[in-house]
Amino acid sequence: MSAPPAEAWRGVAAEQQEDEITGKLGTLLRRRSRRLLTDLLGPYRRLVLVIFLLIVAAQLAALAGPWLVGVGIDQIPQLTRTRNAGPIALIIIAFAASVLVQAAATRSYIAGIGRLGGRVVLELRRRLFAHFQRLPIAFHESYTSGRVISRQVSDIDSISDMFDESLASLVSAVLSLLLVGGGMLLLDWHLALVVMAGFPPLIWLSIWFRRESAIAYRQTRTRIAQVIVQFVETFGGIRAVQSFRRESRNEDIFGELNQANADANLRSQRLLAVYFPGVTLVGNLAIGAVLLYGGLRVIDHQMQVGVLVTFLLYLQRFFEPLIDLSQFYSAFQSATAALEKISGVLDEAPSVPEPELPTSLPDAGGPAARGRQVRFDHVRFGYRDSTVLPDLNLAIPAGQTVALVGATGAGKTTIARLLARMYDPLQGSVLLDGVDVRQLADRALRHEVVLITQENFLFSGSIADNIELGMPGASRSEIVAAAAAIGADAFISALPDGYDAQVGKSGGRLSAGQRQLISFARAFLAAPAVLVLDEATSLLDIPSERLVQDALRTILTGRTAVIIAHRLSTVAIADRVLVLDHGRITEDGSPEQLLSAAGEYSSLHASWQESLA
Amino acid sequence: MPPTTASSPQHARDQLTAPGQAPARAQTPAQALWRLREYMRPYYLMLFLMITAAILAVSSEIAIPLITKSVIDSVVVKGIRAELLPLSLAAMALGAIQAGLNFFRRWSISSAVVGMEKTIRDDLYHHLQRLEPAFHDSWQSGQLLSRAINDLSTIRRFAGFGVVFFITNIWTFLLIVALLIRMNWWLGLITGLVFLPVLVLCLRFEKRYRVLSRLAQDQQGDLATYVEEAAAGIRVLKSLGRRDEAAARHLAQAKLVYRTQVDKARLRGKFWAGLDMVPNAVIGLLLLLGTLAVSRHELSLGGLVAFVTLTLLLVWPIEAMGFIIATGQEAATAAQRIYEIFDTAPEIVNSAAAGDGASHDRPGLTAGRWRSSRKAAVQRASGSAGPPVRARRTAPAASTRGAGWLTFDQVTYRYPGAPSPVLRGVSLELSPGETVALVGATGSGKTTLLQLVPRLADVTSGRITLDGTDVRDLPLPELRRRVACAFEDPTLFSASVRENVAFGVQHATEDAIRAALDAAQADFVADLPWGLDTRIGEQGMALSGGQRQRVALARAILARPQVLLLDDPLSALDVHTEARVTAALADVLTTSTALVVAHRPSTVLLADRVALLADGVVAAVGRHSELLATQPRYRHLMSAADLGNPGDDGRTAPGLRTGASR
Ligand SMILES: Nc1ncnc2c1ncn2[C@@H]1O[C@H](COP(=O)(O)OP(=O)(O)OP(=O)(O)O)[C@@H](O)[C@H]1O
Ligand SMILES: Nc1ncnc2c1ncn2[C@@H]1O[C@H](COP(=O)(O)OP(=O)(O)OP(=O)(O)O)[C@@H](O)[C@H]1O
Ligand SMILES: [Mg+2]
Ligand SMILES: [Mg+2]
Repeated sequence: MSAPPAEAWRGVAAEQQEDEITGKLGTLLRRRSRRLLTDLLGPYRRLVLVIFLLIVAAQLAALAGPWLVGVGIDQIPQLTRTRNAGPIALIIIAFAASVLVQAAATRSYIAGIGRLGGRVVLELRRRLFAHFQRLPIAFHESYTSGRVISRQVSDIDSISDMFDESLASLVSAVLSLLLVGGGMLLLDWHLALVVMAGFPPLIWLSIWFRRESAIAYRQTRTRIAQVIVQFVETFGGIRAVQSFRRESRNEDIFGELNQANADANLRSQRLLAVYFPGVTLVGNLAIGAVLLYGGLRVIDHQMQVGVLVTFLLYLQRFFEPLIDLSQFYSAFQSATAALEKISGVLDEAPSVPEPELPTSLPDAGGPAARGRQVRFDHVRFGYRDSTVLPDLNLAIPAGQTVALVGATGAGKTTIARLLARMYDPLQGSVLLDGVDVRQLADRALRHEVVLITQENFLFSGSIADNIELGMPGASRSEIVAAAAAIGADAFISALPDGYDAQVGKSGGRLSAGQRQLISFARAFLAAPAVLVLDEATSLLDIPSERLVQDALRTILTGRTAVIIAHRLSTVAIADRVLVLDHGRITEDGSPEQLLSAAGEYSSLHASWQESLA
Repeated sequence: MPPTTASSPQHARDQLTAPGQAPARAQTPAQALWRLREYMRPYYLMLFLMITAAILAVSSEIAIPLITKSVIDSVVVKGIRAELLPLSLAAMALGAIQAGLNFFRRWSISSAVVGMEKTIRDDLYHHLQRLEPAFHDSWQSGQLLSRAINDLSTIRRFAGFGVVFFITNIWTFLLIVALLIRMNWWLGLITGLVFLPVLVLCLRFEKRYRVLSRLAQDQQGDLATYVEEAAAGIRVLKSLGRRDEAAARHLAQAKLVYRTQVDKARLRGKFWAGLDMVPNAVIGLLLLLGTLAVSRHELSLGGLVAFVTLTLLLVWPIEAMGFIIATGQEAATAAQRIYEIFDTAPEIVNSAAAGDGASHDRPGLTAGRWRSSRKAAVQRASGSAGPPVRARRTAPAASTRGAGWLTFDQVTYRYPGAPSPVLRGVSLELSPGETVALVGATGSGKTTLLQLVPRLADVTSGRITLDGTDVRDLPLPELRRRVACAFEDPTLFSASVRENVAFGVQHATEDAIRAALDAAQADFVADLPWGLDTRIGEQGMALSGGQRQRVALARAILARPQVLLLDDPLSALDVHTEARVTAALADVLTTSTALVVAHRPSTVLLADRVALLADGVVAAVGRHSELLATQPRYRHLMSAADLGNPGDDGRTAPGLRTGASR
């Protein structure tokens, strides 16, 4: 009756899971994220300075208040004696002025920080998104989209929250701490030293808190990401979940992840529960000490009552910010942890890097020759441990259409991916017109080589939007022409909104075959020099497939094409057939040649002929 | 469809949601927030203790200035040195008590709010898993995610601090004003009154801030949606080389978020500045009037100091009030957004006829919230205008019970929001153990028909019966145990192969899993680095296309269903593997009733009979050869003419071969 333990469900994979970090690594992370922050703030140095000055102004104005109160109180005996309200009036005016300055400065610095934060977050979003787009598929495979999302959603949010809510308070708390400390020293250094006696325990407490909470917040970021991963996966596959009654098992798994996340949250909250009251305690003890020692000094006429009052008022401003400080420090810690994770991603160098100095391809020879020559030169490739392609040598002349057939798992898709440079070979090279694809700028390569994958993915938006992805900026008539050429126009026009029909989330409002047709239309519109089609017609009915093939015949003239298909019907339009077996090319020739030889292809073909019955 | 709540912006969800979906009861954010108290219920006692502690803590904090007053009045002014030490010690003791109480409050609330957040998130997940696929189709996934993550942490933050401080702050205000009035009634009254404008300011701020926060939340949700899509579609974006375009679109959306953030900050700045001004103005006023009062001996010097200190103690609670109201506001919109989901009752539920008892696949959940939403759904399901008069449960004949006798009876189906139905009266009967191939052009509705059987969607009219019982009258878990499907896109999860195959069957044995994999010809699993325990990557992306398809097929086989639905199960297989799977499937299919979607003659050969789906109806049923001979449409769909050998047009098919002969 026992279900498999919930942790085992994840299975084993070669890549390292995101581990919870402690110790030395923490220092490295902090340094890395600090570098990122300075980099982000760089362009706004002026704004930062202005904000800083505004905060100083606001704080100074705020400090003037208690001081003026103290001065005012010391005026009272004189006021009672002389009945001259002049000095008091002056003090009141000064007080009013300080209030106004404080208000104006506060207003501008909050808005300023909001803008600064907005800018920084926007830039961070931009960089992160662009970087994720640049990172290779191999990275995405091990990182998983859930974590990609959590970096860009929940991590960024916590940074944004920090700017929104806490940064202003944090900075002004620090400043007020310094200014009040300075003010106290100026007023009466004896008494100030009594207050300062509270510092060592405070500092000790703060160091402890800082260290512990850094760990705790890092943990919360990791755990929430796991919750997000599970959430996204479940609802991405809701049909399978429901029809296989996976709900309760999913709930166990989710419950566990969610519990782990709650535990991490609890841990960080409990740290706060110790830290805040600790600060309060020190502050309150300091008030008692000031009362005692200050009282003595006043009695002994070493100090005026007003100064004692100012001190008491300052103390409120002194330790209260500390509370604020830690309150907002927690938001700050959370943001720091988020920034660490983000900086980790941004530091991730693409393992399929773009060349520093891209080579450009030679001009294609004349208008008729739109294709490129493709060559695999002693290519060895494998995912992680296993080798999929041991040693591939293949030359495809420009303009040739090659069909790649073979058993499932033979490595056909892998060849296509290497050609489109989703991965780089472990050894050897892939060449386009004699130029290593690693030497080409990404833009140039994508312009030349387009891969239509086995997994056709549509973005939510209209049909036209999705086809346009093949050639951004394509006009409506070009889009319609592309769709018409492959025979998709009929079904699209039949939809109520035609080309503007929304395809829904991941294209869910279209049938599988219709989605495939849309993907195909993209390729048609892109019309690259080298077209790689991986099972691009596998879900179509036979008449639609036939239409697509007619279209292919037209578009492929002069272009180079690699067509992967299990349906040998596709081979009909190929000039040459390659049979792949366990990553090796075992047969190579024109369809007719291979058919007459008694090899794998002729056997495949025979079975296929038979199946067409 | 009208948005489920009055304030839900249209763009948060797709336009084409079910028109029949009843709008949930509209509620204001405040009402939604209030409803959340059901999640606080387990913590009521703790909450009470906590608030008591908090009130005691602020009270002792307030007592400290009173001690200051005594120190100044008796010690400093009158010079009674002996009282200094005890008074100072009393101040320290009060301070220590305050700190201790604060510690207790924080420590205990942390587990309450964290527990609450967890429970709501669990419930949300639970509820979302029960909402029909159509719901998920109509919601952008980022919107759901941002509710489950951001909105919940907003609520947690509010519950942790907002609620307690709201109460203690009011208490602080009342207590201090009372103390002030006792010390000097007119000065105290003025002080108290001057703080009132602050409240007005807060309320005005709150109203405007609410609009902005809702906008910000929605924009963030949209941005999250795009982020999610770009992550899921990374392969397409890469292979088409569209990363710059994607980045540009992302940036455009991020800028919208940015603008709202800046607007929010501006509003906040105005508000905070105003807030800061009021208490300071009060102190200025106090200084003026207070010195006057002291010089007229209406107030002692210590009294003035206490006055000012106490007033300063008022500043934070008042300022915080604005903050609390703002987070409260955010929490309220968050609560509203969450209840928007909770209030969407599952459309596909056990009908009354299926009995409620059988439906508990999660016995642990007994809280009233489920009962209420389910009741609503049941009422809707049984009493609404949905399905037209349909025969109540015809008692299943004992002989056919459990045999897998599947019939479609005038089934029509219209997608929510679509102008016309896809299926317009499909009638088809599958006898137990029979395999029927479903053939139809791309987009003819084959997948649609299949998903009606396990009730991933409900028929618009007509009915589907399993062994004589309308599938809507079967308890959902039972129905889905008896029916299994392999979808056209193999939906795999980033878990081990074992977990993906055993998927719904919790206690599958190792042998059963291997047998299922064998039947699906998924022998490649043995070659994976960790065998069955290998993680297959997100959506199975670490497998080849054909491998993915076979894992999904094994999943359906392992379920050992009475009715097996296979949606184009061999599309990604090479001819040889296809032949082997076909042969193995033939064995499996003898025990199950199967409906197999097929595009190729080879798949059709699996079947005893073929049904041709065209124009939303089953246009013809018969054996492959019969249909080829009599149905031109079928011939068109299945004919190999022009495919295969180039230049071999019009070649006639060499006659029917049975699956067994291969
Ligand atoms: N991302 C990946 N990570 C690890 N292994 C992979 C990955 N993609 C493919 N493989 C493995 O590499 C081998 C070749 O896969 P490939 O996708 O190239 O096969 P294929 O010939 O395209 O098969 P099919 O016809 O089923 O699509 C398979 O054994 C597969 O399990
Ligand atoms: N969620 C949806 N909302 C609106 N229309 C939809 C939705 N899903 C599918 N359709 C439409 O319903 C029709 C039937 O789709 P279905 O997926 O059932 O086709 P199919 O027969 O399985 O096709 P294929 O062979 O391509 O898989 C299609 O025209 C499609 O556009
Ligand atoms: Mg493949
Ligand atoms: Mg389909």
